[in-house]
Amino acid sequence: MWSLRDKYAIAGIGHTNYSSRSGRTVLDLASEACGKALADAGLMAAEIDGFVSYTFNDSVPAMAVATQLGCNATRYVVDLQAGGNAANLVIQTAAMAIEAGLANSVLVYRAMNGRSGFRLGGGREFRAQGITQFTAPFGWITYPQAMAMWCRRHMVKYGTTSEHLGHVAVTCRANAGLNPRAMKRQPITLDDYFASRPIVEPFRLLDICLETDGACAVLVTSAERARDLKQRPVRILGAAYGGGPQQGDDLFDALRWPEHATNYAAYIADELWRSAGVGPQDIDVAEIYDCFTYSVLAQLEGFGFCKPGEGGPFVASGAIARDGSLPVNTHGGLLSEGYIHGLNHVIEAVQQLRGEAGPRQIQGAELALTTAGAMSCGSALVLRN
Amino acid sequence: MENTYLKPLPVPDPDSEPFWQGCKRHRLLLRRCTDCGRLRYPPGPVCAHCGSRAGEWREASGRGRVYSWIVVRHPVPQEVFAAEVPYVVALIELEEGVRLASNLVGCPPEAVAADMPVAVTFEDVSETISLPKFRPA
Repeated sequence: MWSLRDKYAIAGIGHTNYSSRSGRTVLDLASEACGKALADAGLMAAEIDGFVSYTFNDSVPAMAVATQLGCNATRYVVDLQAGGNAANLVIQTAAMAIEAGLANSVLVYRAMNGRSGFRLGGGREFRAQGITQFTAPFGWITYPQAMAMWCRRHMVKYGTTSEHLGHVAVTCRANAGLNPRAMKRQPITLDDYFASRPIVEPFRLLDICLETDGACAVLVTSAERARDLKQRPVRILGAAYGGGPQQGDDLFDALRWPEHATNYAAYIADELWRSAGVGPQDIDVAEIYDCFTYSVLAQLEGFGFCKPGEGGPFVASGAIARDGSLPVNTHGGLLSEGYIHGLNHVIEAVQQLRGEAGPRQIQGAELALTTAGAMSCGSALVLRN
Repeated sequence: MENTYLKPLPVPDPDSEPFWQGCKRHRLLLRRCTDCGRLRYPPGPVCAHCGSRAGEWREASGRGRVYSWIVVRHPVPQEVFAAEVPYVVALIELEEGVRLASNLVGCPPEAVAADMPVAVTFEDVSETISLPKFRPA
């Protein structure tokens, strides 16, 4: 279990513009986000001695970013081959490296030309080898197709409806309207949701997150060091990574997964809350990994905000709206702000906890949950100001 | 046949070769651990229950039920699946307890239902590959 409660903090954040055509290299995007996180914290490049990044074969290695920025004292580097499941794990990993004495200040980033370059949602390696020989020959190839299978199972088991999914899309879009960096800010209604074209039933276009060019970076250091830096530190209260049994041979494969109406969240919730010493009832704002509308329902249930199967009625009740009992995805989420593979959720949580979220600020936000992942494995953080 | 078939073809490997050979003979073979007796799919090299690498191939009944399903409307890649949509991909829970991903054929998408009984049917798609698909039973 994470035993570093309050010892480490996010001292700086940085991000690029989010667009569908950056016209820039991924190296340029990564360097901009990392440079901004440094400046935000008030640290010099020479003081950075660690990097943690994650990639889906679409990013640039940390050594390249370190070279561009002149971080010449780097002594700890992890370039993780991972999906959105790792978007919070990377921060846990950074803190762990500092705890072990391997680094003092670690830049964590995700950078991608997710629309104009490699499109994660557009399909995977097309040669059906390894685990994909049991999926791709049947036209089961893309992540929307993968996640739709989980969603349908939830509908079968619990009676979840398309309208429930629509509430997630509408809520995220309403929040994005208050967020100048969000890619989609035009409000939508449930009617708009139902009118959006079917992609892979039960999903419509508006169930599926955006594809984005951009980068996010987070600077992790000790809480003690962070106190002397420019910004109000956001401390890492709790953290967990994991999932259930038989997670599969890759992120897509869940053929042996016990029950598709339940995802990773149910398996890591106890460890997350125990590590943080708080519970779901204490959370002021939750940035929940929304690669698809449905994944929000499974995580609300798994992390204990409602009972198993009640995610649909919970979101339909208005509970996740910014004036509800649990404001969710206050920036618009991956569905409406943009898809920087989940790290943009952490940026938003930090801004909320610093009180810097402007018109979308949740007043008095002290405790935030961020989550990362949608299927058999994932990670989560509890942050506090 | 291979020239006109654009969809991805499975690339058999040492762990899966007998499975695909079985499909070619229109027999659905499952990997069975000869130490603890459990079946597994996909047919990986190790039994996750007991750690044994010892195994044999056992023919399945080919009967099962629909566990979950999707209806693909938007083809990806476009050029490969444009003529296929809409099509149904389902997770089939076999009587033997393992789950397979496959297509449901001979059944309009709107008629698919949870727990619907299905049976395997093989589609010869190349000189060497036949795919196990499922139809209502």
